[in-house]
Amino acid sequence: MSQTFTLDGEEIPFRDGQTIIQAAHDAGRWIPHLCYHPEFKPHGSCKLCTVTVNGRHMASCTTQAAAGQTVESDTEALNGERRTLLQMLFVEGNHFCPSCEKSGDCKLQATAYELGMMTPHFDHFYPSRPVDASHPEVLLDFNRCILCSLCVRASRDVDGKCVFALSGRGIGTKLVVNAASGRLADTDAAIGDKALEVCPVGVILKKRRGFAVPIGERTYDKAPISETEE
Amino acid sequence: MHDQERDVASALAPILARWRNDPTALVQILRETQEALDWISPQAIEFIRRALALPHAKIEGVAGFYSFFYTRPRGRYRVLFADNIVERMQGGAALLERMCRNLWVEQGKVSEDGLVSVDTTSCIGMSDQGPALLVNNLSVPNLDEARVDRLCELIRGAVPLADWPAELFAVADNVRRRDVLLDAGLRPGDALRAARARIDRVGTEASNTRSWREGLPQGVAGPAALIDELRRSGLRGRGGAGFSTALKWDACRNAPVPEGGCRIVVCNADEGEPGTFKDRVLLNSHADLVFEGMTVAALAVGARRGFLYLRGEYRYLLDKLEGVLARRRAAGLLGPAILGMAGADFDIEIHVGAGAYVCGEESALIESLEGKRGTPRNRPPFPVTHGYLGLPTVVDNVETLACSALIALNGGDWFAGIGTEASTGTKLLSVSGDVAAPGVYEFPFGVTVAEVLEAAGARDAQAVQVGGPSGTCVGEAEFGRRIAFEDVPSAGAFMVFDRRRDMFEVARNFAHFFAHESCGFCTPCRVGTSLLKNLMDKLANGHGSPYDFAEIEKMNHILQQMSHCGLGHSACNPVLDTIARFRPAYERRLSNRSFEPAFDLDRALAPARQMTGRDDAGAHLAIHGEEAK
Ligand SMILES: Cc1cc2nc3c(=O)[nH]c(=O)nc-3n(C[C@H](O)[C@H](O)[C@H](O)COP(=O)(O)O)c2cc1C
Ligand code: SF4
Ligand code: SF4
Ligand code: FES
Repeated sequence: MSQTFTLDGEEIPFRDGQTIIQAAHDAGRWIPHLCYHPEFKPHGSCKLCTVTVNGRHMASCTTQAAAGQTVESDTEALNGERRTLLQMLFVEGNHFCPSCEKSGDCKLQATAYELGMMTPHFDHFYPSRPVDASHPEVLLDFNRCILCSLCVRASRDVDGKCVFALSGRGIGTKLVVNAASGRLADTDAAIGDKALEVCPVGVILKKRRGFAVPIGERTYDKAPISETEE
Repeated sequence: MHDQERDVASALAPILARWRNDPTALVQILRETQEALDWISPQAIEFIRRALALPHAKIEGVAGFYSFFYTRPRGRYRVLFADNIVERMQGGAALLERMCRNLWVEQGKVSEDGLVSVDTTSCIGMSDQGPALLVNNLSVPNLDEARVDRLCELIRGAVPLADWPAELFAVADNVRRRDVLLDAGLRPGDALRAARARIDRVGTEASNTRSWREGLPQGVAGPAALIDELRRSGLRGRGGAGFSTALKWDACRNAPVPEGGCRIVVCNADEGEPGTFKDRVLLNSHADLVFEGMTVAALAVGARRGFLYLRGEYRYLLDKLEGVLARRRAAGLLGPAILGMAGADFDIEIHVGAGAYVCGEESALIESLEGKRGTPRNRPPFPVTHGYLGLPTVVDNVETLACSALIALNGGDWFAGIGTEASTGTKLLSVSGDVAAPGVYEFPFGVTVAEVLEAAGARDAQAVQVGGPSGTCVGEAEFGRRIAFEDVPSAGAFMVFDRRRDMFEVARNFAHFFAHESCGFCTPCRVGTSLLKNLMDKLANGHGSPYDFAEIEKMNHILQQMSHCGLGHSACNPVLDTIARFRPAYERRLSNRSFEPAFDLDRALAPARQMTGRDDAGAHLAIHGEEAK
């Protein structure tokens, strides 16, 4: 006797303790998301995964599934709201997709394509965010950080380190690394760290590997994110 | 360099010892470090890092969150003018300029000799006696030109703050109307003795064995009797949401306590809502009543630890409050076996905030108490089951707890007889703005806006912002409405604007407030509050178009539906409220097209003008339609 809720009219079974996004994923349904990653504790900050549960807006990555819930996700209204959130993320940082190494592998870009975001709509903030190239193997280009904290969680929960943390407040929130100098080279970050693998956008980049896979053959060049994502 | 390290060590060692090298006290340790060294230097962070065994990034993350922490030198005197709209109306901005001129310092920068910095901050809870400022987090109210000049002299003379004349720091209560709460005249312990009397013998014994930590079976007297009184009183939280206090306490009392833990009572004295200052008066003149309320709560839910989270702007109250706690301990009203009741062990610790409005939100407050960034948590679980360090925790407003003490003394039925049916008791209103007698007014719930205006001597009022920026803007046609949860709820602020005031500027000030105070956790609020601020600035600069109204509506929808906490949910309220009631104030600013870009070449040249020290006509482009109107 498995319990179910409905997602856009479709019955979705779930196990106790599962969140809506987890149950949807197990049933093969994609809900847009950026700060959620199945391997980590949900953060609930990007709000892209927002659905309506019995009419109320809720983040599906932090809301527990419950029997009988009526969940809507793939509606024009919700996708429109998600487009606005994506536009917000684009204008608060500096994203120049054509010159970005991550283009084609970037979840922000892929989700924007998927949801049909045509323009950034808002005026750009053009924040000043210096690049950290101190580390011999890894480049940090903070211009593209969407503050999803996946690297923070991966470092803490998987690597048992604290290479990354959020600092600042409000629109001044920023990612910092664990060194008095503020340089990645002076942290204990090492190739093989999970934290260096999880960035959904083009902040944490392995040096000298940027174009190993040519543009056109990358993950989301081949199939849209809704069909690709773990 | 060695000397510097020795100075840091000698300043920090006692601070860390006082906080027992406890990482959950990080916010307090940073605050005291800032007080001792004038900033949080890299050497200080290094020292704290070693003592607490915390990663550097974690300390930097926390230090970077709070407005009153500086990781760059900020001067020996750090002056912050309150930039609430009421202080603006009182002439605060001109006084700030005067001080900057006097001290040869640019706003937001440190003077070249490293002596002083002058900047603005959100409301500091002094709008009844503004303009006001904080100097090294101590309040100086009632500013005028003479007082500002005097402060400048003291700063230029590098006179230590401790030697400044005490009258500069004198803060008045300005209580204008008293009712049952402010008139209570309780002696310390009265409410607790009444509570003890209400708990019969069976109850007391039971409390030792069961209810104290696990809750009593239904129907058995004991601490449960207190919650029953509270239920009869109908008391609802004064911090904004109006949640039933009895329900909250009951939920906490019934929540299981993990092995080795205990229940927690927190008094929320963050009072960050602009235009609110009633908790300041309760803490200054009725602290016993507040602590007594906390102790009643502890008795009722079975808590052993208590915290008062005092906003950083009220730092000046800290020593006095510590004194009251010490006196209560000596009198057996705090500590082990309160009033001789076995098992009734409870004590209170004070934590001081550091300039973050969002820390008034209960789960962000708890994060801050745990020494972290003040980011609101994902809920559920709620604090009543998983609060401070995961323990069952009651968080209540200062005024709610003071009311609880009165209810313990006089009974729930007595309290329920005051106010309206859905909003029992009285409400403290912080009245400021265009009134003859600003200050605290205690009225039974159900009082009309007009009655409060009358009492405060408001002439010609066109609007009242009830409950602060996240509350409701009430126009003249609605002055018959009542202050009550069922009509116009209020967390305490009552800001009055007469017909001279430009309601657009009021809303713009609030939009800046929310952008400044957004914690930055969630996308809609982090970016949306800044977009809203930019929209309002665009309108203010004469570049608005009807298109921008639609943009504001859209922003409101996103913020309300998708934000993570109440700050984001209400960030558009003041703008929408004023558009609905004072649309001409907006329309005057529109240029006639349907769309206007926000960019203005002349305005973009301002930094160049500043660098070259020019502001003559030749340094400006021909201005298009931007007369000061
Ligand atoms: C952004 C934000 C700021 C808040 N600030 C305060 C505050 O300064 N003081 C307060 O008592 N409650 C504040 N609250 C409400 C608290 O979250 C909480 O509801 C309250 O402390 C509960 O106490 P009560 O039931 O006694 O009202 C705030 C809420 C939000 C969302
Ligand atoms: S660096 Fe990448 S993973 Fe880390 S917070 Fe920024 S966007 Fe997220
Ligand atoms: S709504 Fe604003 S204050 Fe609340 S969590 Fe989101 S960013 Fe932080
Ligand atoms: S994916 Fe759920 S809030 Fe980011």
